[in-house]
Amino acid sequence: MTQAQLQEGANISALSEEPGGRKWRDYFSFNTDHKVIGIQYLVTTFIFYCIGGVLADLVRTELKTPETDFVSPEVYNSLFTLHATIMIFLWIVPAGAGFANYLIPLMIGAKDMAFPRLNAVAFWMIPPAGLLLISSLLIGDAPDAGWTSYPPLSLVTGQVGEAIWIMSVLLLGTSSILGAINFLVTIWKMRIPGMTVNQMPLFCWSMIATSAITLLSTPVLAGALILLAFDLLAGTTFFNPTGGGDPIVYQHMFWFYSHPAVYIMILPFFGLISEILPVHARKPVFGYQAIAYSSLAISFLGLIVWAHHMFTSGIPGWLRMFFMITTMIIAVPTGIKVFSWVATVWGGKLRLNSAMLFAMGFVGTFVIGGISGVMLAAVPFDIHVHDTYFVVAHLHYVLFGGSVLGIYAGFYHWFPKMTGRMLNEFWGKVHFALTIVGLNMTFLPMHKLGMMGMNRRIAVYDPKFETLNFICTMGSYLLAVSTFPFIINAIWSWMYGPKAANNPWQALTLEWMTTSPPAIENFDKLPVLATGPYDYGMSNGDNKEVENVPFSDEKEPALAAGPNSALRADPDPKVAANPEDRK
Amino acid sequence: MNIPSSIWTLLVGIVVTIVSLWYGQNHGLLPTPASDEAELVDGLFNAMLTISTGLFLIVEGALIYSAIRYRRRPGDDSDGSPIFGNIPLEILWTAVPAIIVIGIAIYSFDVYNSIGGFSPHSVHDAPIEEQAVRMPGAAIAATLSDTSPNTDSNLNQEKSDAAMQDPATAAVRNADQIPQRQNAPGVGVVSPTIGASPDKEGTPPALTVNVTGLQYAWIFTYPDTGITTGELHVPVGREVQISMTANDVIHAFWVPELRLKQDAIPGRQSEIRFTPKTVGEYKLICAELCGPYHGAMNTQFVIETPEAFEQWQKEQQVASLDLQQLVAVNSADLSPAEFLAPYVSDLGIQPEMLHQVHHTHH
Repeated sequence: MTQAQLQEGANISALSEEPGGRKWRDYFSFNTDHKVIGIQYLVTTFIFYCIGGVLADLVRTELKTPETDFVSPEVYNSLFTLHATIMIFLWIVPAGAGFANYLIPLMIGAKDMAFPRLNAVAFWMIPPAGLLLISSLLIGDAPDAGWTSYPPLSLVTGQVGEAIWIMSVLLLGTSSILGAINFLVTIWKMRIPGMTVNQMPLFCWSMIATSAITLLSTPVLAGALILLAFDLLAGTTFFNPTGGGDPIVYQHMFWFYSHPAVYIMILPFFGLISEILPVHARKPVFGYQAIAYSSLAISFLGLIVWAHHMFTSGIPGWLRMFFMITTMIIAVPTGIKVFSWVATVWGGKLRLNSAMLFAMGFVGTFVIGGISGVMLAAVPFDIHVHDTYFVVAHLHYVLFGGSVLGIYAGFYHWFPKMTGRMLNEFWGKVHFALTIVGLNMTFLPMHKLGMMGMNRRIAVYDPKFETLNFICTMGSYLLAVSTFPFIINAIWSWMYGPKAANNPWQALTLEWMTTSPPAIENFDKLPVLATGPYDYGMSNGDNKEVENVPFSDEKEPALAAGPNSALRADPDPKVAANPEDRK
Repeated sequence: MNIPSSIWTLLVGIVVTIVSLWYGQNHGLLPTPASDEAELVDGLFNAMLTISTGLFLIVEGALIYSAIRYRRRPGDDSDGSPIFGNIPLEILWTAVPAIIVIGIAIYSFDVYNSIGGFSPHSVHDAPIEEQAVRMPGAAIAATLSDTSPNTDSNLNQEKSDAAMQDPATAAVRNADQIPQRQNAPGVGVVSPTIGASPDKEGTPPALTVNVTGLQYAWIFTYPDTGITTGELHVPVGREVQISMTANDVIHAFWVPELRLKQDAIPGRQSEIRFTPKTVGEYKLICAELCGPYHGAMNTQFVIETPEAFEQWQKEQQVASLDLQQLVAVNSADLSPAEFLAPYVSDLGIQPEMLHQVHHTHH
């Protein structure tokens, strides 16, 4: 009996076949079921991803040639400003919250989130904020000061667009604060009895780390934006130098949120990858505690590195050294994660399905972004490449090669659980191949462009950069094409795909111990842990001793328990390991 | 013969090392280094790229090797071996990156010091006064421009005043409209700076150029000779100090071949010092988003022989005299396209520009 059979046997799937969302209307309503909200988040953010992607392709189309021949420079600036704002605030950040909403109560055996109505409120702030932001494009006065919106530029360009941008980002920030409170309380207070923090799935750890930085840093962004709104609309001069204000103070406040925000954008997907790799590698995750605690270390260090975005602007020389060192230190916990993932797949029995390919693609491309991040931390080199395409390349390797591939991996992995149907593997692999080629084609040449002297956020550039820009633009079209197999596959499979089993991947975490899709309130009976979350390979089907599967609160040891197994909670592990000795 | 795996590991290690070392020196990713500082920065980058190449090859190699070697064979439904961790291995791969980043940090520190990152505006310019530190609310007061408990003069204002001594600079800068930042007591920082390299500490630069950034042009004034120009010319081998600020929004002074970049911020004076090394014509770029025509805000940066530089100075002095005779053009009558046409087409500053500056600010 394998660990998966043991875990499934110990838990009875919910009797009700009724999924959380009964009718299509439920997904358009103020439903408080965390699964409905999770899917609302994921579908809504994916729609915004497509909109942001179209904007990105318009930007790249302009950059196909050195001249401004496609859109006017004003419109060009609006396009990249909205592209970045949508991708960050309406796609990657809320998509992480979407997975967390769907998965966390299931993973810890809870019936719902701690505050279901707050949860719904958090979601329902997103569509209006997104529509508000996009409406600025339609009224012809879109924000065009970049997603950083540095004053004084943001104070002298279009006032209406800028005000809309501030309002929209404030709403989205509020939404993520509400979400973070909910995740922390849920994970902390609603785990099933017997699940200690060191037996939680790693995704829960990553959401603790994410929520902590969200709560600590988002209010500072809100403060910056409110002061900026005063400068913009009421004529104050907090940041406006013409009245003695200091634009550098805005940069400090902005980056105090926006640097940690990159960890808000990547930590949830670190968590997802830590879930997906062991399942499909059929091996325990290597270094559970190292991965768990490194999330916390990243979260803490992430709060004290913000000024590395300001090495060329307004901080004293000695302070640049401080921020260089804190930034570089983040490479250590990040490196621990990467090496642990590689060690997890090393020596496994890899099922190279779409979810696994995206997860391994995540590790492979994130490494490139991570390495260029260390380079950027080195002050003398950063002074050269700051505000160039090198930075653009770096952030896209982290946020596309990292976060977006992580989201896709999560979609492929949990699609059977969410919809009760399997995705088509062939088209999944086509999607993966196109995405990997497209992303490297788009973003790899940007490293060289930046170092050679192409600054970012420009509509016209030196003709000597034309060839590389042409390659980038073609790559971006390929990325656009790559989403079609996914969209068609997802819609078709959701309606007509083959029915999924409750646990199609033979996984051990609790979300797989209920029906696919899970019923309202998830579990009929309080689930129990018969194994740890990653005890793969503990028994390869040859263990004949175990016939009686332990149920519920009996702490009957079954098989040799991994270090994260609930069975290890027993005071004497030796006794626990061998039932015969207990007689 | 069965080759032991340790030999394979050794061979792979040697190949990875050789490839990394070669690529770190032969990447061709950076433009010509045109200053003494640039060569130091390039050395740092080459070292980082060597280490990065090695890390990249190891991680990607391990992933691709695993995907091929450990893929599930059809019919095999068993699991991999249950390995939960390995403490010595985990300590090793925590220690190795830690040592690498400490090494890179020390190297960066050294390069930063050598190019003058710590130079001029260190604490001794405005010492921390104990009285100020002990005052209740000193930390709060430090953020308010009008309640500085420090009697030291405002270094930023001084630098601004010094630049404004030059009539040409005063003519293009609107410092009368943008108040200069007060300094926080005790820190005395003008703004971040790349100053004199340690061997030139305390010596005045051979040439000072005042730079003013405005949408969408750079204006250079030479206080020694009264030249005002839209192109930056400097003689090779002599240390140059650039003193910059901006008239409207934040701009950033960047010459890729110098590997130096510095934001020009309204209300703040910032400086960089460098020694040009290679004669040639380069591009000076605005690197900070400054509006729709940001991409067109660039100009020529010329490093020339001292003789050519003297010659150029003479020509400019004659041209500056002619400039005074021209009649101002009202910018309000110009469409943005007309207004910007000269900069997009010729990347230089036209006489009308300077008169618009007068027109706007007086």
